[in-house]
Formats: sequence, C-alpha cells, structure tokens
Amino acid sequence: MTGVGVFDIIGPVMIGPSSSHTAGAARIGRMARIILKDEVESAEITFYGSFAKSYLGHGTDKAIVAGILGCHADDPIIRDAFAIAKERGLKFSINTSDEETPHPNTSKIVLTGKKGGKLKIVGVSLGGGKVSVVKINDFDVEVTGETYTLITVHHDEPGVVANVTAVLAKHQINISQMRVFRKAKHQDAVMIIDTDGKVPKELLDNIENVVGVSRVMAIEPL
Amino acid sequence: MYEYGYIDDLLKLAEKHKKSVAEIVILSEAEEYDLTTKEVEKRMDERIKISHESIENGLADATPLKMIEREDRKMVEMQPQVLGEIAHRVVTYALAVSEGNAKMHRVVACPTAGSCGIMPAVTFAVGEIKGATQQNYRDAYFTAAGIGKVIAKNACVAGAVGGCQAECGAASAMAAGGVVALLGGTNEQMMEAMTMALKNVLGLTCDPIAGLVEVPCVKRNGFFAVHALTAAEMALAGIKSAVPADQVIRVMYETGRTIPVSLRETSTGGLARTEAAKKIRERLHMD
Repeated sequence: MTGVGVFDIIGPVMIGPSSSHTAGAARIGRMARIILKDEVESAEITFYGSFAKSYLGHGTDKAIVAGILGCHADDPIIRDAFAIAKERGLKFSINTSDEETPHPNTSKIVLTGKKGGKLKIVGVSLGGGKVSVVKINDFDVEVTGETYTLITVHHDEPGVVANVTAVLAKHQINISQMRVFRKAKHQDAVMIIDTDGKVPKELLDNIENVVGVSRVMAIEPL
Repeated sequence: MYEYGYIDDLLKLAEKHKKSVAEIVILSEAEEYDLTTKEVEKRMDERIKISHESIENGLADATPLKMIEREDRKMVEMQPQVLGEIAHRVVTYALAVSEGNAKMHRVVACPTAGSCGIMPAVTFAVGEIKGATQQNYRDAYFTAAGIGKVIAKNACVAGAVGGCQAECGAASAMAAGGVVALLGGTNEQMMEAMTMALKNVLGLTCDPIAGLVEVPCVKRNGFFAVHALTAAEMALAGIKSAVPADQVIRVMYETGRTIPVSLRETSTGGLARTEAAKKIRERLHMD
C-alpha cells in the first residue's frame, strides 16, 4: 500500500493558492470548530513559523477564519471570510509569534463558544492539505481528520475506556486506531478513537452517558 | 491484484490483463479503497468538472494579482503568432488556472496547487479542439493519476523536498502521459511521453518571490504545459527515451535532494533573492 490515492494526486479540491497555507489552514480552523461543538463567539488565532511569515500572501488568515465558521477547504467563501465573519458576529484576532515550534506551519486557536465554552487547540499543516491537531487544551494529541474520529474527555479511572469501546462493539463499529492521553493519574483524560465508519448520533449520546465521560466530539473525514 | 509501485508495474499489468493504463489505475484504486469502479469514475468525473470550471473562473476574474498583471487576458486578446492553435490555447488556460489559484479561486491540486494549471490546460485545450468525449477525459485523468502516484511514491511531489521539478515537472509528466491517452495512443507511448517530459525538467528549482505562488509559478505553468505537448508529440511519433521511466523518476528524486535548501521553496535564493524580488517585497510590505 502506498498510502497515496488517486485523489491525493488529482486533488485535493481546494481554494488556492497553497495546499499547506490555505487548504491546511481552513481544515485546522474547521477541526477547532467541530471540537468546540458550538457556534463560535470569538477566536484568537496565532501563527508561528512559515505561517507567521507568509500568511498574508496565502490567505491563511481568511482560510482559518472560514474554517472556524465551519467551511470546507474548497468553499469559495474563504475569499470573503472576513466579511462573512462580521455578518455572522464572529469576533476574531490574528496574531503572529516568533516563538520556535517543532513544525514550521503551526497555528494556535483559542475559541469561545456562544454557550460560553472555551477551547485551545494547536494545529499543524503538514503539506498537500494534510493537517494534524497536536494539542487540545493541555493534552498532546494527534487528530488528522483523515478518518472518522471520536474524541472523548473523561475522568481517568478503571473501566471508562472499556465501557466506551463496548458501546462501539455492540453496534459492530470497528476501531482502526486508538490512543489515550491523561493529564495525570485520576485526573482528566482524552481518548482519540478512529473508526472504520461513521458513528451514528444516538451512539454518541450513549457514549456521552458512560459514567466518567464528560464530552464526546465526532470528526468526519475532512 | 492490481497494485502497482512503478511505471513498469503499470505497463506489465496492462499487458497481462489486456487493458489500458487508465483501466488498471481505476481497478487498483477500487481494490485499495474498497470501492466499485463506477464510484471511482464518479469521483474523478467530479474533479474533471471542477478542473474545467477552474479554467472558466480564472478567465472570468478581472481583478489583478499582487505581483503580475492578468497575463491570461493578454493571450486571449491576441491571435496565435508563432504557436499553433492548440499550444496557444494551452498556454492561455494554464495561465488562467494558475492566476485563479493565486487569486483564491477553487482549483484541483494536480499534483499540487502551485502546478494546478498544467493538467487542465493540456487536457481541455487539446480535448476541445480534438472533440474529446467524457471517456477520453477520464482516460487522460486516470493515466495522469497513475503516473503521479508512482512519482509521489518513488520520488516526491513537493517543491520543499524536490524543487519545482517535483511540482511543475511532475504535473508536466502527468499531462504528457494523459494527453497521449486522450488521443488514443498506446500504453507505451503514454509512458514514453511521461518519461521524456520528466527527464527534461531535471534540476528545476523552486524559488518563488516573497513565498507567494505567483512569480515564477504562473508563467511556469504555461511553459510546462507546452512542454507536455512536446513530449506527447515526440512519443506519438515513436520517439523513445533512452533511460526508462522508473530510472528517470529515481533521478528526479536524487537530483531534488541535491538542490540547495535555498532553492527548495524557502524563498531565500534564486529569483527570490533578486533586486526585483526585494522591491516587490517592499511594495507588499513584507520586509
């Protein structure tokens, strides 16, 4: 298996000019919006590395704002993202930092939702439109948006992981990859579960009802 | 069963199953991603449609770019002087798509956004003048996709890794093979065209001014679209490369790794370090 499909070569379909600086930025923004699970009230965006140096010429700022508004990387709205953001009452700020980051195309997004929720994510654009969210709040994670992915926030205690996977098993949903991260023993933890198919809405509710689980977010392939 | 890693695999599979390269690429994709061949074709049809729209959108947008004028318009407004009708239209379309990309229109990266003008320009300019059918366009795009996959696997399709030979060079090689398929050439002719196109871009650097996909990228799409026509014409005449496809792909990768980092999409050398580049950066307030 090469890992590169026909539609990675003839594609992605995207708004120009750059797969890493435009399409990738839109995808990072969209992932942040999905993980927040709410309409966004305000967004503080910080660019690092190459993103900080050349975001203006590549429309990286517009793309990431469009993504936060829920747009895909091929949505022509990206070009007018600032006007649309104003229309929809999304407040945002764009900042740059010369702080060193492990990856050159890095962005940090701090979102406040209309229901008051807060979220901080760090996303990197890996080239060709591929992205990875590497931090959610204080958790080091890796969410690429290439598969169906569930993210749970839960309390680190015995049985939570088993009970969540049991819900999936009962409905014949196969897990292709799974990682668990925790802040510290018996504190907040995060599960990232990639599945072979879409997890229906009612199952997401079942998982959210598992004792110890506080939040569930579902990401579909970008 | 239809898995391929090299151009040689594609040709051998096609011969064994008495099929075209495009058919093998479709069967392989269906097999790898657990899809029907109809589903694979449908997805490609969507991308062919968007590629075609990217030409129209580019031609229709009258706004200027940051560093250059609307060059596609100048081509439209002048009758061919030295190029034939096909090559003239290929250049026009390549500029239109590439300018559209720079102005944030929707494009199909092919294989990258920086080189997105080459494949649609070659395919649609030739296809329109020759009266191509949807099946002909599909043949061109699947053949190109197979070539691109092999290049991505054994070399690279990123300017930061291999210079522009990996972007516009790969796109030109894909378009050369694709247009031979569109015109009904043999599998061998497709791959000779692809090989000759790639062989003759070896060493091409990536030095965009101010890091933007405009200079030299837009005009370069025009040049390397015509380059694909030259390769296709030679292959259809029976001309063959003395070095086989897979060896040329390997050389593209090795050459790319020896190109200095300053000339691999870092905008720290080459055209990006000229006096003209400095002035542009000042004008765009990028310094």
